[in-house]
Amino acid sequence: MLGETEPEWLSEEVKTGTTIIAIEFNAGVVLGSDSRVSAGASVVNRVMNKLSPLHDKIYCALSGSAADAQTIAEIVNYQLDVHSTEIGEDPQVRSAATLVRNISYKYKEELSAHLIVAGWDRRDGGQVFATLNGLLTRQPFAIGGSGSSYVYGFVDAEYRRGMSKEECQQFVVNTLSLAMNRDGSSGGVAYIVTIDEQGTEEKVILGNDLPTFVDQ
Amino acid sequence: MATMIMKQPPTGGFSFENCKRNAVVEGSLNNSGGSLPAARKTGTTICGVVFKDGVVLGADTRATEGMIVADKNCSKIHYISPNIYCCGAGTAADTEMTTQIISSNLELHSLSTGRSPRVATANRMLKQMLFRYQGYIGAALVLGGVDCNGPHLYSIYPHGSTDKLPYVTMGSGSLAAMAVFEDRYKPDMEEEAAKRLVRDAIAAGIFNDLGSGSNIDLCVISKGKVDYIRPHDEANKKGVRTGDYKYTRGTTGVLTKAVKPLDLELLVESVQTMDTS
Repeated sequence: MLGETEPEWLSEEVKTGTTIIAIEFNAGVVLGSDSRVSAGASVVNRVMNKLSPLHDKIYCALSGSAADAQTIAEIVNYQLDVHSTEIGEDPQVRSAATLVRNISYKYKEELSAHLIVAGWDRRDGGQVFATLNGLLTRQPFAIGGSGSSYVYGFVDAEYRRGMSKEECQQFVVNTLSLAMNRDGSSGGVAYIVTIDEQGTEEKVILGNDLPTFVDQ
Repeated sequence: MATMIMKQPPTGGFSFENCKRNAVVEGSLNNSGGSLPAARKTGTTICGVVFKDGVVLGADTRATEGMIVADKNCSKIHYISPNIYCCGAGTAADTEMTTQIISSNLELHSLSTGRSPRVATANRMLKQMLFRYQGYIGAALVLGGVDCNGPHLYSIYPHGSTDKLPYVTMGSGSLAAMAVFEDRYKPDMEEEAAKRLVRDAIAAGIFNDLGSGSNIDLCVISKGKVDYIRPHDEANKKGVRTGDYKYTRGTTGVLTKAVKPLDLELLVESVQTMDTS
């Protein structure tokens, strides 16, 4: 096109316009995310796994600016590695969440990323922490990203305390599917991570295997 | 995370707000006797694909300065280490300098560890540097190589985010090239099929994007072997003129001929020796 000096995606920051969710059940946590990464109107990665490991049994879900979120996750991964070597045992989920919160708060003017930290530790079992804008709060479940706005009603109505692992996984998949259908910045495949005392299980649910709701 | 800031309800039709602003800026610049400098960009198509034994990187060869082609045959595939190469899109100077700095640091790192460098290391170094500069270094890179853990391919964006994928495209022609990849990519391709696929993807960018053009360069990296093919395909050869404005001797008839020798006398002769020691 005449007059266009550079493609807009070069100056547009790459965002993980996203849907992320983490939920605690009786003996662990389930995290879920979509896989779309956009730069302006263009999808630059349709299969990105936004559930990033911070430690063996602690994961975080990324949303917001891709560069900021990836950098925070990598820095905290390193800091947690050092910390767990120093204390000689697996770190607590609260420690991981605190490290994320410290970076998010200190650089809150410069960064634009929100990470949800969730995992399992021996002391308190499964825990989910939200670190939006530099706060640290433990919640039974947390949702984030641009697609979360469309499913607040659904999660508020459908969440029940004391769900089993399978019910939680189904709840997460349903939430992601609904959000991905309505939010333009979310889509692709769904990644699910289940963490409990036995270990960590990663699963991918491809597009056509996602549950459908209204006649689609 | 999308935060919507609504200043006022949008009215129908086009908005010419920015045109007024541009006119004011340009006017004030012209009054002070200058014009906005245009950074030389590689409006580009670059791509990479992982095949059975390694990676194939491809790039076009046009460098543009605004709407003018500044270099018809520039090299966009940069050396990082003997087993790692990097294609660069965005501001030409930024991609050139960034890849040179990381190449130098990676060589020192490799000497310090005593091991052949890994692609993940180059990726970390590049992303940490670009993040530090918060996107002001306009370098969008496709990094590929083969190390002890096999073939790897990364795409790195100017703000510092990276993606590890089996096939990537970058640059203004990235959408055209990605269309070719999405149609024909298969995992574990043979080398010839992978080279053909990359060549076709770059050709799609060259012919459908104004910012990309000229020839296609390829770089095939496999274990222990690097094939830097420049050019792989001269997709845009300069045409040969069919007519000629030269006339043969005798076309114009000579009427008269007068020869006058010029008497020149030598005035001053001086010899200045150059210090070539």
